Amino acid sequence: MSAAPLITFEHVTKRYGAVTAVDDVSLEIGAGEFFALLGPSGCGKTTLMRLIAGFETPDAGRILIDGRDMADMPPHARPVNMMFQSYALFPHMDVARNIGFGLAQAGQPKAAIAARVAELLRLVQLEGLGARKPDQLSGGQRQRVALARALARKPRLVLLDEPLAALDRKLREETQFELMRLQRELGTAFMLVTHDQDEAMVMAHRIAVMRAGRIEQLGAPRAIYEVPASRFVAGFIGEVNLFEGVVARVEDGLAFVRLNGLNALVCAAVEGAVGASVTLAVRPERMLLELVRDEGLPGVVLDSAYRGDTQVARVRLANGSLVRIARFGAALMPERGAAVRVSFAPDAARVLPA
Amino acid sequence: MKARRSLAERLVLGAPWVWLLVFFLIPFLIVVKISLSQAALAQPPYAPVFALGDGWEALEKLKELSLAAYAGLADDWLYAEAYLSSLRLAAVSTAFTLAVAYPLAYAMARASHRWRPILLVLAIAPFWTSFLIRVYAWITILKDEGLLNHALLSLGLISEPLHIFASDEAVVIGIVYSYLPFMVLPLYNAIARQPPDLLEAAADLGASPTAAFWRITAPLSAPGVVAGCLLVFIPAIGEFVIPDLLGGSDTLMIGRTLWIEFFDNRDWPTASAVAVVLLALLVVPMAFYERSQMAETPS
Repeated sequence: MSAAPLITFEHVTKRYGAVTAVDDVSLEIGAGEFFALLGPSGCGKTTLMRLIAGFETPDAGRILIDGRDMADMPPHARPVNMMFQSYALFPHMDVARNIGFGLAQAGQPKAAIAARVAELLRLVQLEGLGARKPDQLSGGQRQRVALARALARKPRLVLLDEPLAALDRKLREETQFELMRLQRELGTAFMLVTHDQDEAMVMAHRIAVMRAGRIEQLGAPRAIYEVPASRFVAGFIGEVNLFEGVVARVEDGLAFVRLNGLNALVCAAVEGAVGASVTLAVRPERMLLELVRDEGLPGVVLDSAYRGDTQVARVRLANGSLVRIARFGAALMPERGAAVRVSFAPDAARVLPA
Repeated sequence: MKARRSLAERLVLGAPWVWLLVFFLIPFLIVVKISLSQAALAQPPYAPVFALGDGWEALEKLKELSLAAYAGLADDWLYAEAYLSSLRLAAVSTAFTLAVAYPLAYAMARASHRWRPILLVLAIAPFWTSFLIRVYAWITILKDEGLLNHALLSLGLISEPLHIFASDEAVVIGIVYSYLPFMVLPLYNAIARQPPDLLEAAADLGASPTAAFWRITAPLSAPGVVAGCLLVFIPAIGEFVIPDLLGGSDTLMIGRTLWIEFFDNRDWPTASAVAVVLLALLVVPMAFYERSQMAETPS
């Protein structure tokens, strides 16, 4: 991140009646960054974005854009543009006038607007559709018009509110790469608001995982996935197996944990004092599953699913808990009802705060 | 089974056509026929009169039909003036109704969801009182020693009473008041159904609230404006009660002319011709309304 952040949140709080939608959030977003706000619905991510756009005003704290306090700045005077989840295209204007709306409001001459609109239509691959009305476009085309309209004024930051939610799966994936390409080429900061962890993981440089108005964890996708800061983050970003137990002994930086309800010791490369209760988190693809070894935790295959590129099996352990195991490629999974042993390498486990 | 259902369907679809035939087309044809007849001192007061037992004589009687009543309308400038004055008063009234109704409808559409149904009921509440009584009430408000003049005089805003009653202005006031709900409701509908995020998008793209209103809200209200204006303009042209009660002796409106021809002069053919020409005049804005409705429905 550059020295001067583009967006700064200083202890920002926003309440609706008894509900605190955004709770004492401090945050910095750099110029040119692709930033994602990720969280379940109602976590406050949409409110946070609307605070930047100026549709909401904070009850406490300050929001700075380029170092300027936005407290008394109405939405139409802010150097950010938003792509709405509903797209909010103006139904009575054709595509060109929709895209050029912000430029016309800025009082730019007609010729300059026409040139910029043509450039944007090329950028989002809608050449020749400038004269169409929004209701004559497909969902994917409308999405691109909304994006072009948000980019038209060359804003410092583009806010994307669930930009792919209305698209089907295949189009969603294509559009993800398209957005990444645009962001890279334009160098404009993008802020993505989504409840879809895939979307955030694929596109963003940094992700803020939100929960109940607070930022639970902030970091690069890899760091969040591999070192989740909490049980919530671990469960929200991808799948995770949780093992609860007590540290029995520590040797050479390895903790031996006696799992609750199981007469078994597992070994993990984590910190922990002897006698402390810990929760170990292991991703499904880091779990090992074997039929013949006598080491590992005994269990029975409950079901397995073939997904083409991956296979997933769920194994019920002796204490009743379910373990999820994922395999890449075509390796065969044991059949339903097979007695298996599951284990994981010491470096696959992370300790989560209880 | 399928054939029987299609018969039932045809009956259902046919019902409105039968209704229009019996209650609109046949009476209209009778009015057209009377407009082609000649006034006569008889019962009914026109000739020829067709009867079921006429037989071949009916053909002879057909020759008596003429365009004399229409020629009479064309000859006398009074009728043309009545039509023009009706169109003018209706147009002025419609413009004022729109000016009063738009802010009302806008406020209703922007009110909270809890208030909206209450405001809607209030908007149509005047309909619960007789139209005639409500127009009569305006006499006591507008006349020289009426409520309005009393209030203005005692406030010292005027030194002598305004002569509003028995004038074209009083007719316009009466029409604006009486037809206001017909303007408010379609406007409310057109404004309330605009997605609120369109205004946020406009603000986001640099439009001040005023600019956003003129660029987004106003053009998207156009179907409501057209519907409301026609719902006021069309009946206002033929309005009789309001000009009769509130207008002056020189207030010339076609509804009044028709009344005079029919009841005072007992000239049924002329009265019928006045009605037929009025209908022909109204078909134009009504066709326009139909087209705007069609354009509004997504294809």
